[in-house]
Amino acid sequence: MRPRVSFGIRVIVLLIVLFAAAALLAPWISPHDPLRQSLLLRLKPPGSATASAGLFPLGTDDLGRDLLSRILYGARASFIVAILSVSVSLVVGTLLGLAAGWFRGWTATLIMRFVDAMLSVPAILLAVLTVAVIGPSFVTLVLVLGLTRWPRYTRVAYAATLQVAGLPFIAAAEMAGADSARILLRHILPNIAGPLLVVATSEFGLMILFEAGLSFLGLGIQPPAPSWGSIMSAGRQYVERAWWLTVFPGLGLFTLVVCVNVMGDWLRDRLDPRSAGR
Amino acid sequence: MTPALAVHDLRLLIGGAAVVDGVGFAVAPGEVMALVGESGCGKSLTAHAIMRLLPDAVRQDRGYVALDGDNLSVLSERQMRLVRGRRMSMIFQEPQAALDPLSTVGAQVAEGTGSPLRQARAAVLAMLDEVGIADPARRIDQYPFELSGGMCQRVMIASALIARPAVLIADEPTTALDVTIQAQILDLLRRLAIERGTAIVLITHDMGVVADIADRVAVMYAGRIAETGDTAAIFARPRHPYTALLLAALPRRTDVPRSRLAVIEGRVPAPSEFPTGCRFAGRCPLADARCRAETPLLREVARGHLSACWHAEAVR
Ligand SMILES: Nc1ncnc2c1ncn2[C@@H]1O[C@H](COP(=O)(O)OP(=O)(O)OP(=O)(O)O)[C@@H](O)[C@H]1O
Ligand code: SF4
Ligand SMILES: [Mg+2]
Repeated sequence: MRPRVSFGIRVIVLLIVLFAAAALLAPWISPHDPLRQSLLLRLKPPGSATASAGLFPLGTDDLGRDLLSRILYGARASFIVAILSVSVSLVVGTLLGLAAGWFRGWTATLIMRFVDAMLSVPAILLAVLTVAVIGPSFVTLVLVLGLTRWPRYTRVAYAATLQVAGLPFIAAAEMAGADSARILLRHILPNIAGPLLVVATSEFGLMILFEAGLSFLGLGIQPPAPSWGSIMSAGRQYVERAWWLTVFPGLGLFTLVVCVNVMGDWLRDRLDPRSAGR
Repeated sequence: MTPALAVHDLRLLIGGAAVVDGVGFAVAPGEVMALVGESGCGKSLTAHAIMRLLPDAVRQDRGYVALDGDNLSVLSERQMRLVRGRRMSMIFQEPQAALDPLSTVGAQVAEGTGSPLRQARAAVLAMLDEVGIADPARRIDQYPFELSGGMCQRVMIASALIARPAVLIADEPTTALDVTIQAQILDLLRRLAIERGTAIVLITHDMGVVADIADRVAVMYAGRIAETGDTAAIFARPRHPYTALLLAALPRRTDVPRSRLAVIEGRVPAPSEFPTGCRFAGRCPLADARCRAETPLLREVARGHLSACWHAEAVR
């Protein structure tokens, strides 16, 4: 029963680990301060070097800041926002789904109707509107993403809880005197964690995209703090003169999101009993 | 002496039909009482009513359960949770499915003690040993998929008994197991009843199992008790036609080989089609007009031996 992991998946996991390491270690591996401006170093192409300031591997932006350092710090912002917002929606969505699946009746009706309503509005539209109204900030960004994206978890947790709650070992736990909280957290949650993990992975990729999108629109991470979305947004007007400002962050975003999604599909195939045994 | 468990005049309704009607019995400490009857006669519902965990569709409108003389119907749900697993436990038919696949044996048995496995480890090891699990120190950290069905049932019994409850309800605990394992588990229950003084209600549809371990029997038919008394007395002389037919269907070692087991003609009526009068009348060889009109109540036909049949004396 040795688990077989294909070469492709190993590469994908390696790439994700590299991105995560870059994000984690940004303060130590960045060649320059991502915020330091220099009028003399504006729009230098990749590979430029000066005697006084050193090498700029990916060039500089319109304010003379080192692009590689900004991309590394941007990865940090992406990961932090994605981890926090996925955590918020995972916790909120799972708790509501557990409650709906366990108590059924009007509790379930109320929660699941609300889920339907939330899912009928595009999440990004909801996020854009909310940020536009209450004003952009890091905390707003995380809360808005987290609190608009929980319904998918609720649906999955609800269906899985209904199914697991009907199994004999849950009846046995009730017979043994366990209360609802104990049954939900000790016995049901571990048994529905697989499908939730799959949703969380695919949501993680989506959150990175949403953060970039909102920052691109000026509704996410606020300049001068670096974010892939805002770097690309600022680089937009120099596309002809300084292609690197849009290409490198775009490439990073594209690669990371594709890797996370492939990873999510792979997890789903491994964890979903319906697609197992292939 | 106060019985460990006493059930009084229990009635359970699904829709308008009384799927359990007027069921009552008492079990003394250390005694094994079998609740026997065909599929669908209300054995499991009776057990769930005793634990006060009935399915949503089922309503109890009469009767009460007393544990060591305490009426459980006055307890709040919160107090009732402290009774379950501590003063009264239940085990089921599919031992493998009754264990959480993602919890170790030790963690599940420890749940009955109310403290985490770290603190309860010694007690859990002792309990696993007591239910006849070889090499408990290794088994304690294994997961259910690593155990056989018989071993899973031993683990269930261990987790049901570790808090020393006065009563154990075993709902067809051996039906899913093969014959040798079945005999071992029955022996174990018998031994635990004697050694620990646990009152055991053993639910089964197999008269052979009853003969093996029960001190007393309550035979149920279509939600009512047809006959109850000491196992020996009932096997020697059944006083209800249904019991007599169940016993006739039992293969006996002393019998000359029969070409075919006797079976009871017909089916148990569905709850919506319960007839007035005796519910067994449709299948009973002795049924007459009175049986179809008037419900026979349990009455004493010999000391400690009750039958709900108008013609109890004519049964042979
Ligand atoms: N959850 C439920 N909802 C509706 N009806 C039920 C439910 N559980 C049991 N019943 C009905 O109640 C009656 C008694 O069921 P019960 O499970 O007590 O029978 P049983 O004697 O345990 O049978 P078996 O030997 O098959 O386990 C049956 O007619 C059954 O269909
Ligand atoms: S009361 Fe009548 S129908 Fe019922 S078991 Fe006795 S003889 Fe048969
Ligand atoms: Mg049953």
